[in-house]
Amino acid sequence: MAPRTLQQKLAILSDAAKYDASCASSGTDRRSSRDGSGLGSTTGSGICHAYAPDGRCISLLKILMTNFCIFDCAYCVNRVSSNVERARFTPEEVVQLTLEFYRRNYIEGLFLSSGIIRSPDQTMGDMVRIARTLRVEHNFRGYIHLKTIPDAAPELIAEAGLHADRISINVELPTDAAVKSYAPEKDPEGIRRAMADVRLRKEASKERSHTGKRPPRFAPAGQSTQMIVGADNSTDATILGQSTRLYSSYKLKRVYYSAFSPIPDASAKLPLIRPPLAREHRLYQADWLLRFYGFDVNEITGSAKDGNLDLDIDPKLAWALANRHHFPLDVNRASREMLLRVPGFGTKTVGRILTTRRHRSLRYDDLTRMGAILKKARPFITLTDWSPGALTDSARLRAAFAPPPEQLSLF
Amino acid sequence: MPTVTLPTIGTEAAFRDAARAQAAAGVPPEALSWHFCSAAPDLFADPAPAPTSGAALTVPKSFVELMRAVVWHADPERFARLYALLWRLRDRPKLMEDRADPALARLRQMEKAVRRDKHKMTAFVRFRELEATGPRRRFAAWFEPSHYTLEPTAPFFAKRFGDMDWVIQTPHLTAHFENGEIRFAEGASKPPLPEDATEELWRTYFSNIFNPARLKVSAMTSEMPKKYWKNLPEAELIPGLIASAQSRARAMEAAAPTLPPVFSDRILAMPKAPDTRPELHRQLAACTRCPLYKDATQAVPGEGPLDAALMIVAEQPGDNEDLAGRPLVGPAGQLFDRIAEEAGLERPAAFVTNAVKHFKFTPRGKRRIHQKPDAGEVEACKWWLEAERQLVKPKLILALGATAAASLTGTGKGITRRRGSVEQTEDGTPVYLSVHPSYLLRLPDAALREAETERFREDLRRVAEMVRGAA
Repeated sequence: MAPRTLQQKLAILSDAAKYDASCASSGTDRRSSRDGSGLGSTTGSGICHAYAPDGRCISLLKILMTNFCIFDCAYCVNRVSSNVERARFTPEEVVQLTLEFYRRNYIEGLFLSSGIIRSPDQTMGDMVRIARTLRVEHNFRGYIHLKTIPDAAPELIAEAGLHADRISINVELPTDAAVKSYAPEKDPEGIRRAMADVRLRKEASKERSHTGKRPPRFAPAGQSTQMIVGADNSTDATILGQSTRLYSSYKLKRVYYSAFSPIPDASAKLPLIRPPLAREHRLYQADWLLRFYGFDVNEITGSAKDGNLDLDIDPKLAWALANRHHFPLDVNRASREMLLRVPGFGTKTVGRILTTRRHRSLRYDDLTRMGAILKKARPFITLTDWSPGALTDSARLRAAFAPPPEQLSLF
Repeated sequence: MPTVTLPTIGTEAAFRDAARAQAAAGVPPEALSWHFCSAAPDLFADPAPAPTSGAALTVPKSFVELMRAVVWHADPERFARLYALLWRLRDRPKLMEDRADPALARLRQMEKAVRRDKHKMTAFVRFRELEATGPRRRFAAWFEPSHYTLEPTAPFFAKRFGDMDWVIQTPHLTAHFENGEIRFAEGASKPPLPEDATEELWRTYFSNIFNPARLKVSAMTSEMPKKYWKNLPEAELIPGLIASAQSRARAMEAAAPTLPPVFSDRILAMPKAPDTRPELHRQLAACTRCPLYKDATQAVPGEGPLDAALMIVAEQPGDNEDLAGRPLVGPAGQLFDRIAEEAGLERPAAFVTNAVKHFKFTPRGKRRIHQKPDAGEVEACKWWLEAERQLVKPKLILALGATAAASLTGTGKGITRRRGSVEQTEDGTPVYLSVHPSYLLRLPDAALREAETERFREDLRRVAEMVRGAA
């Protein structure tokens, strides 16, 4: 067989990487190459350089170093028992692709992951070498995200954190039992230990020594993880419970939810379904409520009957409908905490309400100019010139928001 | 009516100066018109009086931020709107906090539009490489922003692409970055840029990172509106990707599970590398990775402390080792121990093992004649050596003889030439290469043996020194 061209390898190894949801390039140190001594810079919130027709942002060159893998995870396209085409980049090829794409302003940097070949240390060692070459030899100041291999040696993780902006380890499935049954070679406890280790290293890197010197920065954009949704039978309550645990225990920047999506050459163990995109979307909304809106996980999943979020309406609206005794809320008086709970008000809108109402009382039209979605907020608020009357307690309020019921197909 | 004419390059600073002067002179917004032009001022316009005094005018920081974005908006009314707000701020300095004021809300919208346009420029400019004329690589791009955003966005590209020269052309303005200096010039029409082979790789990436099972076209177009597509090399693929997505997803769902490839069972049957010594001994005792287990008495594991800084790797167990189950204890081992002691190398502090764990021999009468292990056997047994290396994680490895060198560095060739040098394992652990002590035993010439023994002693001395240095 003729050796594969770079283009063929790129096709195989980017195809193999697309099931990782994260493409974030945000929240790292500000760096620049303005002095001409290198290439690249970082911005606060990252840049999406393109969007694929799946609506996902393309910010990084997201590839696998190799899709050869000795593990047999049922949900994964690269599992050892899959007949997918295999390829392997040399470290030099990854470095060149990253730099040439970067110079043409296609990407913010590199997101490197890999199948596990031979031993975890060997795989991780190659990944670290790529990051080191980019940083040290080529003075690359763009973004690097490394997916670490949980069982790799601590020294390798330590070096990975010096070069990478973000480090991630996937928990893969919401419960240990699911990991055991679908990813038998993976060790959930080992994954958690690795995340704990990253947190400790990151914290240690912030402490000054007795001389006041700062140790080198460790993964300045933090760590993240990914959970596959819909491959096992975990409920949304279980999933969000797991996220809460991960956020609080390991100070994760993000938990990504990835709707289990058909893959080429699927395993017989996991029959393919249409990816539960709506469920994935609701989970992200709930995740935001947990992190930025002061909601507790039990409040969000408490009103769900079977532990799953309502797919027809967003979780904040679902909470408000189930807790109507808090409403209607007087926008001119209510506390920040309560304003954040109004459907249709985002954190920015709430901030604007708070600054503006210091000077004058707010009216209905004012809110439209502040970015509130009044169609949603209307039943839950009162303003100088607006009162919802009986709307707040109307029995048909949910029906006004949910999409009309569809007749089930008989076939 | 007095008119202020603002230049197309340096508009922000010019507006700031003019607005400050006019406000200081007390010119109300309705008595002033603003003109934006690169050419000479309109003949019929009545130029506004030049600033009279440098009277201080203080405005909130948030106004400055707003102004710095809005001056680049395409709306011809932008300067008048900004000046009108500035005029109102003189009496109501807290006005900026009123997020609901209609005039301010309109300016905020314009600010948002400019910020978005700037952001999209940072995202969607696509460079092509030009032929280099000096030491720096050269790139060029053509872009069509919705507002006059090239000037305020150019510093972003200067920060990002500091080590290369680039030019970005827009219909309104051209930005050049050469040897670290930004320079602006008149706009241009779309230039013919040379083909760039990397674009094909980028298109390959774009079409393969797309998951056809998750088609969400509106999510794409809301962030990457069609107006930008004509200058994006990847955009021409989008219609095809959308058209084939459903059938590709259906084909994946419909495909019957295939039989796993033949290598998969073999890989899955491979034991997980042992992570404790008892586990390693247990697994090693059951090893059948190569045929040597059939005739040997036992597999001989390494011995020594697991936190040893030095690992000593010999060739394979001999007659004595095969019986005793311990490495390097036969005649060659005894010779090694004697020379090591003379050289100050502390064997008990090192982890001692063999590249191949079973004894390979041919029986001749009542004796077993040592056979050199072949490449397949060395390769099969490398797995155990790696497992031991994982357990011990030595700082330095001493390889005795060609077999150890082959297992650790990939080749055992030319060991007499390479001895005394330090090479590396695949994962970067340093390996000091030397000969096997049995080589000394085989030398017939006494003088030569004496000389070679001294060289070996010198090797061990250097290793002992390196270990002390590493500790």
